Amino acid sequence: MKDSGNYQPYSYFQLMEVSLRELLVEKGIVTEAQLAATVEEVRNITPERGARVVAKAWVDAAFKARLLQDGTSACEELGLDIPALRLVVVENTPGVHNMIVCTLCSCYPRMLLGMPPEWYKSRNYRSRAVREPRAVLSDFGLQLNMDTKIRVHDSTADMRYLVLPMRPAGTDGWSEERLASVVTRDCMIGVAIPSPH
Amino acid sequence: MDARFKPGDVVRVRKAYPLGHIRTPFYIRGHRGVVERLCGSFGNPEELAQQRSGEPEQPLYRVRFRQKEVWPDYKGNDEDVLEIEIFQHWLE
Repeated sequence: MKDSGNYQPYSYFQLMEVSLRELLVEKGIVTEAQLAATVEEVRNITPERGARVVAKAWVDAAFKARLLQDGTSACEELGLDIPALRLVVVENTPGVHNMIVCTLCSCYPRMLLGMPPEWYKSRNYRSRAVREPRAVLSDFGLQLNMDTKIRVHDSTADMRYLVLPMRPAGTDGWSEERLASVVTRDCMIGVAIPSPH
Repeated sequence: MDARFKPGDVVRVRKAYPLGHIRTPFYIRGHRGVVERLCGSFGNPEELAQQRSGEPEQPLYRVRFRQKEVWPDYKGNDEDVLEIEIFQHWLE
């Protein structure tokens, strides 16, 4: 059988990306190998990096204080290489829940969480998170009590945000590794809370 | 450039609609909030987007807004807030 495939013409932005990339290579500004290596490097960053930071903060009060004071230098302390990331860590407490959005584009702490999920970049999430955060959280299966105050952080400029969730009950005596295993990407964006499993 | 505001100051976001690469969301222009912290100074994105130097760097603040002031029909706790990074030249 002939390969009829499912070929589509490039979209406008795909065409822009390919044109720019080919020009940069043709002009010798970057090589194909460098591009491939960078793409690979970015793809290899997973939310486990962020989870490690959260677990450390749960077991070490002094580290947590430094993390909330200056997120960037606290991460560097853990040996995490986060170039150009100006990190603000916001802490969930029994009375306050934090969630992160970028209404203008898709600013996201990629050096700690990897590539953002598709929904984070969607017009739906970006427009509704600042307008009706409780309804959005409910769509994610998180029903917050009206007494809990919500702080939505719109990541509009040079800072990047990470939510420090509350340590779940029933995790006394857990190792940092085990604690980190319950910290999902969504918990650190603030659309979920960790549950021990 | 010196920081004109400090944490706790009440500020209003300029209600202006210039063209260009503006990092101040439309929905917050004209609204009043309180400075939460000064983040430091950064290249002005409106200049950087035009391939200029971005200098002088602009102080950048995190400003806290009450949801019920931004959206009069907002459903939630009276103390639900929005925190947004806004450059000094957008604040008055």
